[in-house]
Amino acid sequence: MTTTAIPAEARRAPAAAPKRRPRREREGAAWVFLSPWVLGAIVLTLLPMAVSLYLSFTDYDLFSPPKWVGLRNYVQMFTEDPRYWRSVATTLTYVAVAVPLQLALALVVALALKGMKHGKGFYRSAFYAPSLLGASMSVALVWRAIFNDGGTVDNLLGTGGWVNKPGWALLAMALLTVWQFGAPMVIFLAGLQQIPAELYEAAAVDGAGKWRQFLSVTVPMLSPVLFFNLVLQTIQAFQVFTPAFAVSAGKGGPADSTLVYTMYLYDRGFVASHMGYASAMAWVLLLVIGVVTAVLFRTSRSWVFYASEGDR
Amino acid sequence: MALHVGCLLALLVMLYPLAWLLATSLKPADEVIASLNLLPSHLEWSNYATALDGVNDVSIWRLLGNSLLIAGGAVLGNVISCSLAAYAFARLRFRFRGPLFAFMIATIMLPHHAVLIPQYIIFNQLGLVNTYWPLILPKFLATEAFFVFLIVQFMRSLPRELEEAARIDGCGPFRSFFQVVLPLTRPALITTAIFTFIWTWNDFFTQLIYLFDPEKFTLTLALRSFVDASSTSAFGPMFALSVIALLPIVLFFLAFQRFLVEGMASSGLKG
Repeated sequence: MTTTAIPAEARRAPAAAPKRRPRREREGAAWVFLSPWVLGAIVLTLLPMAVSLYLSFTDYDLFSPPKWVGLRNYVQMFTEDPRYWRSVATTLTYVAVAVPLQLALALVVALALKGMKHGKGFYRSAFYAPSLLGASMSVALVWRAIFNDGGTVDNLLGTGGWVNKPGWALLAMALLTVWQFGAPMVIFLAGLQQIPAELYEAAAVDGAGKWRQFLSVTVPMLSPVLFFNLVLQTIQAFQVFTPAFAVSAGKGGPADSTLVYTMYLYDRGFVASHMGYASAMAWVLLLVIGVVTAVLFRTSRSWVFYASEGDR
Repeated sequence: MALHVGCLLALLVMLYPLAWLLATSLKPADEVIASLNLLPSHLEWSNYATALDGVNDVSIWRLLGNSLLIAGGAVLGNVISCSLAAYAFARLRFRFRGPLFAFMIATIMLPHHAVLIPQYIIFNQLGLVNTYWPLILPKFLATEAFFVFLIVQFMRSLPRELEEAARIDGCGPFRSFFQVVLPLTRPALITTAIFTFIWTWNDFFTQLIYLFDPEKFTLTLALRSFVDASSTSAFGPMFALSVIALLPIVLFFLAFQRFLVEGMASSGLKG
C-alpha cells in the first residue's frame, strides 16, 4: 500500500494546498472512473448471484415462471442423481491428476531454464505457446484425433484409442491441461529470478549442496508463487469444460467418464432446460471452490513463506 | 549442453500436436489415419479449398468476420473499462475503496458458472440472445477483473512525480488520467488487448450458449460442428479450417510474445 502518504499529509494541512480541488469533487471523479465497473459488478455479478441462488430453489425452464420447490433440487442432486455424483468424482479425479502434474512439470522446466545463459527467452516463449493455443477448438480437435482409434497414441502404444475407454479418456483430457504448463512455468521462472543470488552464495559458503540449496532457499522463497499457481490452477481445473467437450465429442462419454461438473451443468441447464437444477449445481460449485480456496489459504500459513513486508 | 538437448527434446514432444495439425491439414484423405508418418505423400491443397468454401453454407469470410467482430469489441471494451476502473483503484481516494478492491479481487476467483444462468436469463429477457451483445457488452463493464488487477499493479509502479507536477499545473483527475497516466500505461494496455483478443477468439462456452444461428457463428463454433465427424474424408478440410482458425493467435503470439510472457509473469508477483 503505497498510496496513503500524500493524501494523509493533505488532510492534516488543507489550507497549505489552495489549488487542491475540494474532497467531494475529487471523490466524485473517482466514481465516474468506477462507474462501468460498479454497473457491471451490480448487474452482471451481484444481481445474477442473488438470482441464481433464488432459482436454485425453483423449477424453471426459461418459458414458464419459476415455481418454488424449496430444497427439492438440492435433495435430488445429493440423494437421487447418480450422474451428479459421477460428475463430482470425475471432476475431483481430473483436478487431482491434472493440477499436480502440470505444476510439477512447470516447476521442473522453470528450474531448468533459470540458470540458462543462451536461449532462455526462446525456450520460455516456445514452452508458453501451448498455453495460448491449447484452449482453442482447433487443438481440442487435434487432441481427440491423436488419442482416437488409429491416432498417434494408438499406433505408438497399440493401446487402442484412449478417448473410447473410460478412465483413459479422462487421462487424455488431463494431458491436454498438462500440455499447457507454460503459464505457471513463466510465473515460476519470474519468481525464481527474484530470489537474491546472495542467499545461494551464503548457503554455498555454509556448505549446502545443490539439493540442500533447493530445499532451504528455493522452496521457501518460491512458496508464495507456488501457492498462487496452486490456487489459480485448482480453481480453473474445477471449471474445466472445453477439453472434456472435445475429447468426448460433446457427450461426456464414454459411459459418462469425462462428464465433468460444468458439462453436466450445461447439460442440465441448457440442453434439458432445468435452469433451477443447474443453478443449484452452480451454487454448490461456488461454495466448493470457496471452501477449497479458504482451506488452501489457511494451510498456506504453515508452508508459505513471505520474505519481508518491506518490499510490498 | 545436456540441458539444451533435454529442452529441445521436450520441445519436440510439445510441438508434436501442432506439427500433426499442420501435416494433417495437407494430407490426402486415405493417409490421415493409421499412419505415423507426418509427411504427406503429396500436398493436398484441396483441403484448404474445401475449407474456404465455408461450413454449413456460411462462407468462411463471414465466420472470420464474426470472430473478428466479437474479439475486436471485447478488446475495445476491456481496454477502456478496465483502465478506467484501475486508475480509480490505483490513484484516487474514495469511500469503501479497500472493501471494493477486495471484492474486485474476489471476483477474479468467482466461477463463471455461478452467474451464467441469470446472465443468460437477463439477456434472454432483453431479447439479446443470438446476438453479439452478451459477448461484448460485459467487457465494457469491466467484468474481467483480472485485467483491472493487472493494470492497477502497473499503475502503482509508475512514479507519482509526473502526476504531482500535472496537479500543480492545475490538471484535474481526468486530464491527469488521459494525458499523463494513460500514455505511460501503454504496455499494460497492450498486454490486456492481446490477452483479451486471444481468450475471446478461443472462447467456446459463451459462444456455444448465446449463438445458434449458423450465420452468426464464429470459426470456433463452426469447427465444433466437425467434432462429431467420424468419416476420415472430412478430416483434411476440418484440420485445414483448424489451421486457419489458429493462425491469428499464432501471428499475435509471434508478434507480441514479449508482452504476453511478461504480462503472465507479472500477474503472479506483487499483490
